Amino acid sequence: MTAETMTAMPADTTIHPGWVRVCHWINALAILVMVGSGWQIYNASPLFRSLEFSKHITLGQWLGGALLWHFAAMWVLVVNGIVYVTLGLATGRFQRKLLPIYPSQVIADAKAALTFKLAHDDLSHYNAVQKVLYAGVILTGILIVLSGLSIWKPVQFQELTALFGGYDFARCVHFVAMAAIVGFLVVHVALALLVPKSLRAMVTGK
Amino acid sequence: MRQRNNILGVDPKLLIKDAAKLMPDPARRGFLRGAASLGALAFLTGCDIVDGDTAEGVLRKVSEFNDGAQAALFSRTKLAPTFPESAITRPFPFNAYYDEDEAPVVDPAAYKLEIAGLVENKKPWTLTELHALPEVSQITRHVCVEGWSAIGSWQGAVLSDFLKRIGADTKAKYIWFKCAEGYTNTIDMPTALHPQTQMSFRFDHKILPRAYGFPMKIRIPTKLGFKNPKYVVAMEVTNTDHGGYWENQGYNWFSGL
Repeated sequence: MTAETMTAMPADTTIHPGWVRVCHWINALAILVMVGSGWQIYNASPLFRSLEFSKHITLGQWLGGALLWHFAAMWVLVVNGIVYVTLGLATGRFQRKLLPIYPSQVIADAKAALTFKLAHDDLSHYNAVQKVLYAGVILTGILIVLSGLSIWKPVQFQELTALFGGYDFARCVHFVAMAAIVGFLVVHVALALLVPKSLRAMVTGK
Repeated sequence: MRQRNNILGVDPKLLIKDAAKLMPDPARRGFLRGAASLGALAFLTGCDIVDGDTAEGVLRKVSEFNDGAQAALFSRTKLAPTFPESAITRPFPFNAYYDEDEAPVVDPAAYKLEIAGLVENKKPWTLTELHALPEVSQITRHVCVEGWSAIGSWQGAVLSDFLKRIGADTKAKYIWFKCAEGYTNTIDMPTALHPQTQMSFRFDHKILPRAYGFPMKIRIPTKLGFKNPKYVVAMEVTNTDHGGYWENQGYNWFSGL
């Protein structure tokens, strides 16, 4: 990461500075491992009787293998997440890109998006729907890490577990946060493929 | 034990199926292969991380690192949350890698708890002698590695008191437990000395039933369920990690809560 990319401002053509791109792809990898292994862990004791994840989309083969993956990738996810959020706040990128969010604007942009009338001419500027989704998924990321900590260490972090309504409820929170992130991913990946230059921007920065 | 529906996320049929699924099986050794998400991973990284013992070796190294991280997080004085009688899960689930009717049957008259290792007094203990130890009680949450949890009530002797009584070297690193059916378990000394770590002889104030580990279970509310051995017949104070039934197959060694 160079000083140049660190300080890249709208003045030059860089859409995503280096640290954003590096964090993004490390995060993508960590999320895939966390979700795939998480589904296998879920299968050992499903919260919902009718929902089990197919072996074809899970990681780890059995509970023990999945746990090894989950508790290895968690470090990558958390360390990378801390770097990303810290830089996002410190450089002012979050405030600049994601705020302010006006509900009326979100509704208008959502309508435009659903009727394929939303413009994508300026990738450096997020529309209101993007702002809501990106801010939302960052907050959900924080929620999934905290709920995960609370079910991993319900004795050492018992205050946190209590904050999540106890061990069993914290498990549900962890699951719902996963569902929200996977839902985001489906939309996010579909849109990135629909607008390939956005994918290019996340690779090359421009 | 046929009605486990009241426990969040526990399907009785599933438990049995799961127990079968979790049986040690050489075919499961390659647990890193064969998942579609790995295909995606290999695609993203442009390299074949799926291949082999390298990945498994790395995961096991990280798991060892996690043992250290958990040992550092473990507080010798922080107590597991306790609950009122009304919170006890009834019926409390039976869970093992075998079916309930295959659980060991221990003859109380012939039973002796064998003591070995770095201990001054290795005299075996009869059940009558063990039952005469000062009794404490706890109502705590049992958290299974599978994710479900249940609240139970256990009575018995504080393990750390017993270790002092037999002159155990509490500077040793581990305590190893051996069970009637061949199950084994090793725990770290700080956990063994935790005030809530209990040699349990009763469940809900009644003599421990066979399903819950008669005649003795080691109840450790700061560890996952599989680190709470049942049907314990021997303990050894040692500086050598003898591993354990599940740990040897890949479950995290420390598995603290």
